[in-house]
Amino acid sequence: MKAYAAVIGARFRMMLQYRAAALAGLGTQVFWGLIRMMFFTAFYNSTTAPQPMSLTDVITYIWLGQALLGMLPWIIDREMREMIRSGAVAYELVRPLDLYAFWFCRDLARRTAPTLLRAVPMFVIAGLFLGLQPPASWASAGAWALATLGALLLGASIANLLNTSMLWTVSGQGISTLMVAAVAIFSGMYVPLPFFPDWAQTVLNIMPFRGLVDVPFRLYMGHISPSEIIPLFAHQLAWTLFLIVLGRLLLALGTRRLVIQGG
Amino acid sequence: MHQIIVENLVKTFHIVERRPGVWGAVRSVIHRRHRTANALNGISFAIQPGELVGYIGPNGAGKSTTVKVLSGILVPDSGRCEILGRVPWKERIAHVRDIGVVFGQRTQLWWDLPVIESFDLLRDIYRIPQSDYIRSRDELIALLGLDALLDIPVRQLSLGQRMGCDLAAALLHSPPLLFLDEPTIGLDAVSKLGVRDFVRRLNGERGVTVILTTHDMDDIEALCSRVMVIGQGRILSDGTLRDLTDRVTRERRLTVDLVDGTETVHDPDVEVIRRDGHRIHLSFDPERISAAALIGRIAARHAVRDLYVESPPIEEIIARMYEQEKL
Repeated sequence: MKAYAAVIGARFRMMLQYRAAALAGLGTQVFWGLIRMMFFTAFYNSTTAPQPMSLTDVITYIWLGQALLGMLPWIIDREMREMIRSGAVAYELVRPLDLYAFWFCRDLARRTAPTLLRAVPMFVIAGLFLGLQPPASWASAGAWALATLGALLLGASIANLLNTSMLWTVSGQGISTLMVAAVAIFSGMYVPLPFFPDWAQTVLNIMPFRGLVDVPFRLYMGHISPSEIIPLFAHQLAWTLFLIVLGRLLLALGTRRLVIQGG
Repeated sequence: MHQIIVENLVKTFHIVERRPGVWGAVRSVIHRRHRTANALNGISFAIQPGELVGYIGPNGAGKSTTVKVLSGILVPDSGRCEILGRVPWKERIAHVRDIGVVFGQRTQLWWDLPVIESFDLLRDIYRIPQSDYIRSRDELIALLGLDALLDIPVRQLSLGQRMGCDLAAALLHSPPLLFLDEPTIGLDAVSKLGVRDFVRRLNGERGVTVILTTHDMDDIEALCSRVMVIGQGRILSDGTLRDLTDRVTRERRLTVDLVDGTETVHDPDVEVIRRDGHRIHLSFDPERISAAALIGRIAARHAVRDLYVESPPIEEIIARMYEQEKL
């Protein structure tokens, strides 16, 4: 276990070096958040029909999304892509580590370190000036924290599938593009899932992506009661486990037919 | 007792071929053409503990593929490979604890971290006990002269500095086996000498078995008691450097410095290859005339300042061998 913890720690320290990038990212995300906020405000002002969420909730939802964007598994790790393209992945295989667990840990760190760097100032700015509300209650906050942990694990298991796919496609560009769309839409990152039509809800509820954004965010604002955390967390974990098993199988297949690029 | 046994190793790669041009690209989407490349075509050898083996061959001959199979990274199609009693790709995790690997063209250090942090991370990954780690690390740092580099992020190191750090990184866990894949590629003369000196001491003093692939024949001449030549996935020659030279050509070279720079050497048994000023380079076949007889004959006819006999340069021998084998 210590080896894997060390991998996480090192990646974490490495990510924290990129403070300038984090600051720039913060600026971009405030900007996009403002645009999304204006979009939804205009929408609410132009309709009298009852909506599934209040505007105040939507605004909180938007800022949570902007703060925690980095957690979403929708882009293949640049370093991972570079490693497979250049053939440096060979070094990953000469380590006495389980490759899947190794990559899983690497990904966990990659998702948490830069997100922390961005999320903390974003919470402060959005909370003070931009209409981000605090969690609905202590229970909601607790449920949100647990669901965020679930989202993190789920995200890493999805990311590892993306990483493994590169053993076949090398560039990973195609799958990455597909994934951006699937994750962004079905997780509720672009538009909160309650706005989707009723017939879509069943499918959205079954798919894994909901656990990345919709579940933790709505738990935060009390739009989902904290008493529902157990089945929702179970849903996240069940998908995580399934994707880990699938990822391991694919990785075993992929390493068997591995072609190391570049001689 | 052999430390490494390889028998009849075969590995083929399937390569997707892309047709040139726009129309070719469109057709490739619908129908892909595959080509199989035989990287290894039945390789066999055995290596004893403490050997320092040079592994050479032209680009694409299968050198790196062999090293990757030995490292447990690639799974061969067929054949047997046992290292320290283990099959590398079947017991990969146990196997890699006992080997150190350096791929000269890429680094195993964490690009953005200071060198020392990469070392610490490897300590945790290999679960090296702290006291062993400190001893091994400090020894390697002293041997390779890395003191001044430890706090520098890897991306800021020169290639030579980086190679030193990479060698140390591969050896922190004190493996009995070391695989070096082109460790001197792109290095300046001083760094090359440093790497060679280090590898020689590692092998001589600690008895680490080393397999070294290279294109630099000076590496081979300086280090390797045994040379394996691979071409088109097959072992073409395996023995001492001398065996290899004798197999390819019996030719010897005689270099003569004459007192009088206007004289030329005429002798039915020698061929003049080149002359620069007072110095004449001659080629002869020792089966036809012994070096001693030839020297006697030339010394009788000319005023000689200096002379010496040698084999053709190793580069030339290898080039000729590749030519003979049509590689």
